[in-house]
Amino acid sequence: MINFVQNRRLFFTIAGILIALSLVALLVSAILFDGQALRISIDFKGGTLFVLHFDQTVEESAIRQVFIDNGHTGPIVQRLGAADDNTWQVRTRFAETEEVQKILDDLDTQVGLVNRTLSNWNTVEPTVGAEVAQYAALAVLAASAAVLAFIWFSFRRVPNPFRYGVVSIAAMLVNVVITLGFYALMGILQGWEADALFLTALLTVIGFSVQDVIVVFDRIRENIPRHRGEPFELIVNRSVLETVHRSLATQLNAMFVMVAILLFGGTTIKPFIAVMLVGMLSETFTSLCVAVPLLVVWEGRDHRHSFARATA
Amino acid sequence: MDRRTIVNFVLILLLTAVAIYAVVWQQHPAWLTNLLFWQPASSRNLDFQLGLDLQGGLQVLLVADLPEGRAVDSQSMATARRIVESRVNALGLTEPVVQVQGSERIVVEIPGIEDPAQAVDTIRETAMLEFVTPPAGVTAETLYTIRQLQMPISTTYLMSEAEIQSVSAMTDVMLFQTELTGGDLDSAYVVRDPNTSQPLVAIEFKSEGAAKFASYTASHVGESLCIVLDKRILSCPTIQTAIPSGKATIEGSFTYEEASQLAVQLQYGALPIPLKIESYKAIGPSLGAQSVEKSVRAGIVGLVVVFLFMLIYYRLNGLAADLALALYVLLNLFLYKLVPVTMTLPGIAGFLLSVGMAVDANILVFERMKEELRHGRSLKRAAEAGFSRAWTSVRDSNLATLLTCAILYLFGNAFAASLVKGFAITLAIGTVINLFTAIVVTRTFIRLAFSAAGEQIQKHAWLLGL
Repeated sequence: MINFVQNRRLFFTIAGILIALSLVALLVSAILFDGQALRISIDFKGGTLFVLHFDQTVEESAIRQVFIDNGHTGPIVQRLGAADDNTWQVRTRFAETEEVQKILDDLDTQVGLVNRTLSNWNTVEPTVGAEVAQYAALAVLAASAAVLAFIWFSFRRVPNPFRYGVVSIAAMLVNVVITLGFYALMGILQGWEADALFLTALLTVIGFSVQDVIVVFDRIRENIPRHRGEPFELIVNRSVLETVHRSLATQLNAMFVMVAILLFGGTTIKPFIAVMLVGMLSETFTSLCVAVPLLVVWEGRDHRHSFARATA
Repeated sequence: MDRRTIVNFVLILLLTAVAIYAVVWQQHPAWLTNLLFWQPASSRNLDFQLGLDLQGGLQVLLVADLPEGRAVDSQSMATARRIVESRVNALGLTEPVVQVQGSERIVVEIPGIEDPAQAVDTIRETAMLEFVTPPAGVTAETLYTIRQLQMPISTTYLMSEAEIQSVSAMTDVMLFQTELTGGDLDSAYVVRDPNTSQPLVAIEFKSEGAAKFASYTASHVGESLCIVLDKRILSCPTIQTAIPSGKATIEGSFTYEEASQLAVQLQYGALPIPLKIESYKAIGPSLGAQSVEKSVRAGIVGLVVVFLFMLIYYRLNGLAADLALALYVLLNLFLYKLVPVTMTLPGIAGFLLSVGMAVDANILVFERMKEELRHGRSLKRAAEAGFSRAWTSVRDSNLATLLTCAILYLFGNAFAASLVKGFAITLAIGTVINLFTAIVVTRTFIRLAFSAAGEQIQKHAWLLGL
């Protein structure tokens, strides 16, 4: 069985590497996409997104030309799915509805018929985007505040609630950084953009990020009076081993569902599910391999101290 | 076996039967659906409501477009909403939604629409003024009746040749020929009739419109020309002489307020507040159908794996949990129909995710139960201890999920992010139902099994996954 407490050097190193990699991904993304550590979608900055399904094979350059002819310089044109899906995604600036209509008509005549029933387009004014971005920031703050309140509530009867709280939050932050890093990486590799759904996934990850920590800490609290005389490290490791089955079993079940959606679900929902999957995996890791050993490092010395005094 | 367990069991069976009836059967008698008093009276049913992303459609976010410094009052927002709604309803599509969002926005959602461009035109339309020639053979009395009853009429405006042909072929439709429209107007203002001092709306055409108007009136002296606003006849004056000036007045037995309102409408559009399209989203209907199909398939695969895992890992307890989980899925679908919850793609994902999470409570309990058994407790004692000791953890983790849902819901509600809202709602409903199925239902099943066959189970420890 893994000794979660004794292997803490190894775990801290892994966590350090993951954080470093995430920061690198965010930095590279910022360099590549003019300061955007995550590629921002039209939800937050305004613009137009077309997903166009053509009835026949079409040329990327022809699509691009239609946009340029309509005054949309520098549209980002990408193929979606397999070559024979004939589905293309185009991102460009905000367009009035007449403009959208004109572009679609021009695509029909100059590129190939756009199958309207299999296509979609979405245009957002920059000012709304800015407002949504504000709400998003508020939502992240609210979620973090809620998690803080929740931690305070859960540990209100523990001797050093402050330490348990700080350690849980540290684990949550590591988790968020890793999740963001993953998305930045996918932004670089696959062009994934941070949209309202990404934010939903991130908020969900934040919300779930302290659950495992709380279950383990709950058990530590319960085990301290039961196993008086044992070193703190041993109590903690016992508590982790007692709860690890539950953590893994629960994670596995959530993962079964998420992997199924990733494999068989539609393409539009994939980034959303992937973020949640990575967030939950990293949550299990940060709970067991970061939060718990951190607590031991901090609390352990005191505990040994008081124990020594008690026997003296 | 105690009475409470049996009563619980019977109640669970009853609930299951009701849910199966509501979810599996497609048709439900009217007297039953009429009991759903919280749903709007016009559309009480037990059907799944699909969101725009699943059935395709159009979402338009309109924002008040006022000059700097002029505030939007809620009264005019409400009026604007009503007008937009009546226009959208005029398109004759099923269940459009028009809502005021915040202080200055209106969201329009039109599911399943084939031609979003036309709908957008209709929504944006300002007061649509038309000068039309009545169809041949229509008497003045008929025109008067149509006007008195405010019946909407069909005009050729914006119709293609083919449409005009096919509509003219219908004997029961009167098609009015549009000669000029509000687009030809230069200005509109209130004047008083010099003889009766009755308020009138004076209009002036742009030069091009004036020329058309002059030639039309010259060739139709003695005939009726109807002035139509938003497809409703205002008046049908008879052309006395040719009018070359490009000026005319509209009579309509107005009060002064009505006349000035009409003048403003003609000049600036019928809405009390000019609206601008801020965001516009069109989703092809077949795309939605594909998404539904894929999500359902993904969901079934995911669920089967979860069911198998629980069964293999927790054996008999797993079976109880699987039964509870099946009921969980059923009750969720039941509530989606009952409330009703509009299903979106993220909503389905939220639901599926909640199924994965739903077993968490069971797992907490079963792991506790195993520990108690290893410590040599009797089967029944271990089961009860498992449920009562795991309760705080179960409660805490579900509370945290509900908190997250509340934040997501508020965020989704703040602007038109119905996708975010959909996810939050399904996850929240799932969490609440889960507390019921994972604790009450599973415990009832396990108590029943243990009282019926406790000794045999105790002998075969593998049944409990020990």
